Amino acid sequence: MTETIGATRRSNNTSILGVGALTSVFLFLALLMATYSKDAGMEYQALTFLLLAGVFVIGMALWVGGLVDRDPFDESEYENTLIKFGVAASMFWGIAGLLVGVVIALQLTWPTIFYFPELGWTNFGRLRPLHTSAVIFAFGGNVLLATSFYVVQRTCRTRLAGGMWPWFVFWGYQIFIVLAATGYLMGVTQSKEYAEPEWYVDLWLTLVWVVYLLVFLGTLWKRKEPHIYVANWFFLSFIVTIAMLHIVNNLSIPVSLTGSKSVQVFAGVQDAMTQWWYGHNAVGFFLTTGFLAIMYYFIPKRVNRPVFSYRLSIVHFWSLIFIYIWAGPHHLHYTALPQWAQTLGMTFSVMLWMPSWGGMINGVMTLSGAWDKLRTDPVVRMMVVSLAFYGMSTFEGPLMSVRAVNSLSHYTEWGIGHVHSGALGWVGYISFGALYCLVPWLYKKKGLFSKSLVEWHFWISTIGIIFYMVSMWFAGIMEGLMWRAYNEYGFLEYSFVETVEAKHISYMIRALGGLLYFSGAAIMAYNLIRTALGHGEAENLETTNDPYAQPEPRAAALAPAE
Amino acid sequence: MADEIKDIDDHSGIETTGHSWDGIKELNNPLPRWWLYVWYGTIIWAVVYMVFMPAIPALPGMGTNTTGLRNHSDRDLVAAAVADLKAARVEQSATLLEASLEEIETDRGLQQFALAMGESLFGDNCATCHGAGGRGAIGYPTLADDVWLWDGTLDGIEYTLRHGIRHEGDLDTRFSLMPSFGRDNLLSTDEIDDLTDYVLRVSGQEHDGEAADRVADLYQQQCASCHGVNGQGDRLQGAPNLTDQEWLFGGSRDAIYNTIYNARNSHMPAWQDRLDDASIKALAVYVHTLGGGE
Repeated sequence: MTETIGATRRSNNTSILGVGALTSVFLFLALLMATYSKDAGMEYQALTFLLLAGVFVIGMALWVGGLVDRDPFDESEYENTLIKFGVAASMFWGIAGLLVGVVIALQLTWPTIFYFPELGWTNFGRLRPLHTSAVIFAFGGNVLLATSFYVVQRTCRTRLAGGMWPWFVFWGYQIFIVLAATGYLMGVTQSKEYAEPEWYVDLWLTLVWVVYLLVFLGTLWKRKEPHIYVANWFFLSFIVTIAMLHIVNNLSIPVSLTGSKSVQVFAGVQDAMTQWWYGHNAVGFFLTTGFLAIMYYFIPKRVNRPVFSYRLSIVHFWSLIFIYIWAGPHHLHYTALPQWAQTLGMTFSVMLWMPSWGGMINGVMTLSGAWDKLRTDPVVRMMVVSLAFYGMSTFEGPLMSVRAVNSLSHYTEWGIGHVHSGALGWVGYISFGALYCLVPWLYKKKGLFSKSLVEWHFWISTIGIIFYMVSMWFAGIMEGLMWRAYNEYGFLEYSFVETVEAKHISYMIRALGGLLYFSGAAIMAYNLIRTALGHGEAENLETTNDPYAQPEPRAAALAPAE
Repeated sequence: MADEIKDIDDHSGIETTGHSWDGIKELNNPLPRWWLYVWYGTIIWAVVYMVFMPAIPALPGMGTNTTGLRNHSDRDLVAAAVADLKAARVEQSATLLEASLEEIETDRGLQQFALAMGESLFGDNCATCHGAGGRGAIGYPTLADDVWLWDGTLDGIEYTLRHGIRHEGDLDTRFSLMPSFGRDNLLSTDEIDDLTDYVLRVSGQEHDGEAADRVADLYQQQCASCHGVNGQGDRLQGAPNLTDQEWLFGGSRDAIYNTIYNARNSHMPAWQDRLDDASIKALAVYVHTLGGGE
């Protein structure tokens, strides 16, 4: 089959040249922008881009030069190196994002102590978007990139499509993260929550994302399985919807093509509605469907049991994505938003409850026949507890979307508690579970460096989440009640600053919870590095030469666990 | 191909769908009944809610969205609630506006109304600078004591609230300016040094007596017209008493030097365009009772 091999090689060369050419075009544009920049922010951003994209192109050129005759994109092997990079990036950004979270929790608790006026970029206003973007897009995004590329290859039994292009996606995404993060610190922001990067960073991400979609679709296209596995539906819904949300919410007109500032095309309540359509569905399609995809591969794979119900996976997939997209207006209850839209957001949020729980049921029930693993395998326990947090926060969400409840919970710490029970419990734990699975699998080890460290991670972090959640429930309901308290003459009982003062103890407990969660993640990073290095219990596995080898269908259910 | 061999899961005895991805199979379990019925329940509830509440956007010619069988409108409800509250207060507010200090102090109900209103307004409008309960901060006068820069009577406090202090755009604002003696080169730094000792002396603090003596005449020329011959201040000009050990910007040597060198001249906004008359009166009553009303 020399012809096929030759053809493959040609397309591989094309992909390397294509990535090089496209990146070079942007290098040139960045050079222009750096030269003619209208403001210091733009100049630094352009120089940062030049540095990072330059490193990528030069690194790629050196790597291609060293290949000699080897086919770098050998179709008989999975692309594993990229996944290893993705796992490392996830760990790095996860630690960074959680650390910033701890810092801003301390700033809220002791605003006069953790305040450094001579270092303006450490202001809460700069660090808060850094925290949210780092944990959602840098940590969560890299976990999704790594797992989607891992899962789509295995469940399609084929190598990633596009040769060099997946590397462009990975490196381009890291450039996006660094531009966004350094921009926030310099004050370059368009002030849209969870969509703070300015217009040129948005355009770059759009390009990277479209390539991501094409790589994913291309891999599905050349699959060697007759059907597309459920995890891939979820990954695909995540990639497609995030593209749509990102483009519409970031529609803006730059003030100058060489300046960092832009003006939104929407204004007033339309802008607010677009923003929360985006914000809510970023939770829905980034933090929910993307991580459900992870759940649908890693839980059955780890416990070695079949998925509980194929039918449930179909029904809850379609109902989830259909209903989720309408629920955004519940973020704007009792505002200038017309009331019919508030009704829409609330009713669809309530109808979303069961479709959300479908994923939890399917995940938890997959353990039937392997319940003992909850006791024996802390990684499985982490992923199942993540589903418990998922179930809890997807019940709490519809509850808070009911207008009567929302009138108490809106603008309070309850919202912060809600989002963190989902983020720390669900997104964090399913990601940690996947990372704990991936490192031994990718590095062909028998197990992790230390199982007891996973136990430590699990318990320290779980206590941290409980501290976080409960303190924020307490603070939120308390301040909500204080805000609406009237005295006998109909005047407000408390001034705003008194409600802030009342939260001090809760803030201390929250900061402690965050610190515990961060400590758990640090333990994990240590454990994973030692695993990759082959220390402790992480002995090398005998490797087979056939990467696509998979057990016979009947044998799979009987085979021992990983 | 329905006749193919069925793949039955050993543990559950349930048939799989027959596919396997990387070793993962799927059971052909039905939807959990309770799940399905709860979901149907939420859908029915949503439909009922939409029938009773505003749910359909305004189409051309409709003017507004549907208001449902309950004819519900948030905006009307809020407007009605605000009107109700205003109506409930209108009588007491009118009495408050008319009443003199003595009348307010003797009419217990009226006094409580004024204090409740004043406290609530103070927390959200004044405490930002003057501190909770008027405890003050550096640069922001303490209101909970009997030291007054301008006027501590009920009418005087109300005047300050109405017109502010050094508030641009209000011709009746309370106004006075201490010169920036150092910055504008009116005095040399040596003279300011000595004047600092002079102020330390009149305020009964540790000082260099010789230095203070050197500028005794200078004080009378430059400072006494406002702060008084003995440093006792002048409320008509808002000039602080230098002898009472009460300091707005600090009484240390550095702070006093800085004050003479740069002057301070801080601002308070005029509230008459931001709060209604009854609110200002209530605030004046509240501040008057904090500690040192005259």
